[in-house]
Amino acid sequence: MNPILEAKNLSMNFGGLKALDRVDIDVLPGQITALIGPNGAGKTTFFNCITGIYSPTGGDIFITPPGGRQKRITGINIHKVTESGVARTFQNIRIFPDMTVLENVMIGRHCRTDTGVLGAILRDKGTMAEEKAIVARSYEILKKIGLKEHVNQLAINLPYGAQRRLEIARALATDPFLLLLDEPAAGMNPQETRDLEALIISIRDEWEISVFLIEHDMKLVMGLSDSVYVMDYGEMLARGTPQEIRQNPEVITAYLGEDVSA
Amino acid sequence: MSTLNYTKYMEGMKQAVVVSLWFMFLTFPIMVIRVNTIENIIEWRWMNMLYIGAGSFILSFVWRYMSGKAISARKEGIGAQGGRKSYLQRLVSEKRLSLPSLGIVAVIALFFPFVSSIYQTNIMTTALMYVVLGLGLNIVVGQAGLLNLGYVAFYAAGAYTYALLYHHFGVGFWLALPLGALAATILGVLLALPVLRLQGDYLAIVTLGFGEITRLVLENWNEFSFGPSGISGIPRPGLFGMEMGMHDATVYLYFLMILLCIITIFVVNRLQDSRIGRALLALREDEIACQAMGINKTMVKLTAFALGSTWAGLVGVIFAAKTTFVNPASFTFLESAMILSIVVLGGTGSIIGIIIGALLLILLPEYLRAFSDYRMLLFGIIMVIMMIFRPQGIVTGVRKTYEFHTEEE
Ligand SMILES: Nc1ncnc2c1ncn2[C@@H]1O[C@H](COP(=O)(O)OP(=O)(O)OP(=O)(O)O)[C@@H](O)[C@H]1O
Ligand SMILES: [Mg+2]
Repeated sequence: MNPILEAKNLSMNFGGLKALDRVDIDVLPGQITALIGPNGAGKTTFFNCITGIYSPTGGDIFITPPGGRQKRITGINIHKVTESGVARTFQNIRIFPDMTVLENVMIGRHCRTDTGVLGAILRDKGTMAEEKAIVARSYEILKKIGLKEHVNQLAINLPYGAQRRLEIARALATDPFLLLLDEPAAGMNPQETRDLEALIISIRDEWEISVFLIEHDMKLVMGLSDSVYVMDYGEMLARGTPQEIRQNPEVITAYLGEDVSA
Repeated sequence: MSTLNYTKYMEGMKQAVVVSLWFMFLTFPIMVIRVNTIENIIEWRWMNMLYIGAGSFILSFVWRYMSGKAISARKEGIGAQGGRKSYLQRLVSEKRLSLPSLGIVAVIALFFPFVSSIYQTNIMTTALMYVVLGLGLNIVVGQAGLLNLGYVAFYAAGAYTYALLYHHFGVGFWLALPLGALAATILGVLLALPVLRLQGDYLAIVTLGFGEITRLVLENWNEFSFGPSGISGIPRPGLFGMEMGMHDATVYLYFLMILLCIITIFVVNRLQDSRIGRALLALREDEIACQAMGINKTMVKLTAFALGSTWAGLVGVIFAAKTTFVNPASFTFLESAMILSIVVLGGTGSIIGIIIGALLLILLPEYLRAFSDYRMLLFGIIMVIMMIFRPQGIVTGVRKTYEFHTEEE
């Protein structure tokens, strides 16, 4: 199986700080891949490099959409990454607060539609049909995500857990083949976390979208992932199945401590 | 409690003293020293210094008191703001109220030129031009959040397009209208391409410079624009080749502007409520998240910038036709400042607010001729007061959110 996302020798320096130091990562299609590591390990920085928010100072990033050709996306614009089929959520929620839940998701459809200024003014048949399709698709996604009751509510008024789900819904609206989730369970209560776990599995199995997630909740990561990467001080420490990671002595001393085996 | 108040009071006192000292120092050369050129002596007017010191001390004190009140009022208001709509907002959003008031406005607009003098019709036409300019600039400032201080350059582009095309090729008004808009749009894109990377203050300064450079070019490039003397004899808009007297031409232009206003409101409304409008809103809410949704930030901002310029170009052509004469003196920074004031006063993002803002700022000074010397001063004061007490403008823009209802429910 060819990896759908491949980072080779990826480095990111902030002044003297090596936030990423020659990192190699492969993400395989149809899998849930996890990236774990202590605070400040460089996990978010890794996501930021892939999604074009940072321009990496070294190395390369390649994507291979299912059924498509390999493409180098190192240092390209943020919106181009999303257009290429890699969508993401943010560690500190970044919804559009003063837009409704539905409008938030409609924004996700922007890059898959193309009405211009003229269409907006004339409201011709094509434009109206497209607008209708945007709404229909956005609603469908919200329904699947379980935010149906909130469609007309302002995003800012949603409870915390729902805001996180909304971010996922919005990312899914861009029709990605790979979804990057930065600590999706952060701040969620146990029930919300269980719902999230089910959602992530359904994204892989029903939506057929590969998932790459950063997460501190070990129970969630170990129960969910097909493959786990461990990062520390910007370096890749280990990779393997959850089983292998649990037993890796290096990982245990550096990060996991005793609470994994528990 | 009282000791706290007392320290606050002393603090304010101290700052007021500092302010008044500063003012005395700054105004010293012009207010105190006077060179009497007749008798060749220097007069020291120490009394003036005293007045300034006392005046600025009191003003600073009042100022602190008022802004303190405004801030605490705003803090209290935050919670209440959500539910309550102002009278004006209700007027716009509730059909029961908006239809009759729209009817009244339409009737007034229709009969206005027939019951008032040419002079008044002329002023009203000017006010309507500023309504369109305000709405155009609002796309850039209010919707895209780009502070453009050189908007007048695009206005000039429209005016000179008509003037030059007529002068060299005898092109008429109706052909010049789209061409002027096109010229302004192209100029907008050309300026936006390099400067859109800049943010906030930097963008403001560059656009300000651009506006001034445009004026200086027009003033000094005699071969192209005929310098400060400008171009005269530009024809008024025609109507199927009909000959019109002064009165008819004025009324005709008035109705033309009414029509353009309606078109502008219509278009601006539809744009706001479209895929592009949503993208602009999202970009304003969270730039990074918006880009992560696959929205090309530069393209969207460029579109907004160019669209804003288009309206300035249109009004520019009408301006040239209305005055039958253009020269660079009509396109100074004050013009840009005026249009920006309309947007800020009316309320960025609110169409009705901008219409009110334009009418107020253009009509009031005309009818308050006595104050004409202090016009700029008054503007400044109004702006500062608005910023403190009502930064959202006269009318707070209430965005129409997309209401979704399924058949299932
Ligand atoms: N824009 C930046 N400028 C300077 N340093 C940065 C920047 N972004 C991240 N860093 C640094 O890079 C290191 C890695 O940060 P990063 O946010 O990637 O960690 P993380 O693994 O996501 O941590 P957490 O689990 O707390 O989210 C940290 O030391 C951080 O201070
Ligand atoms: Mg992080």
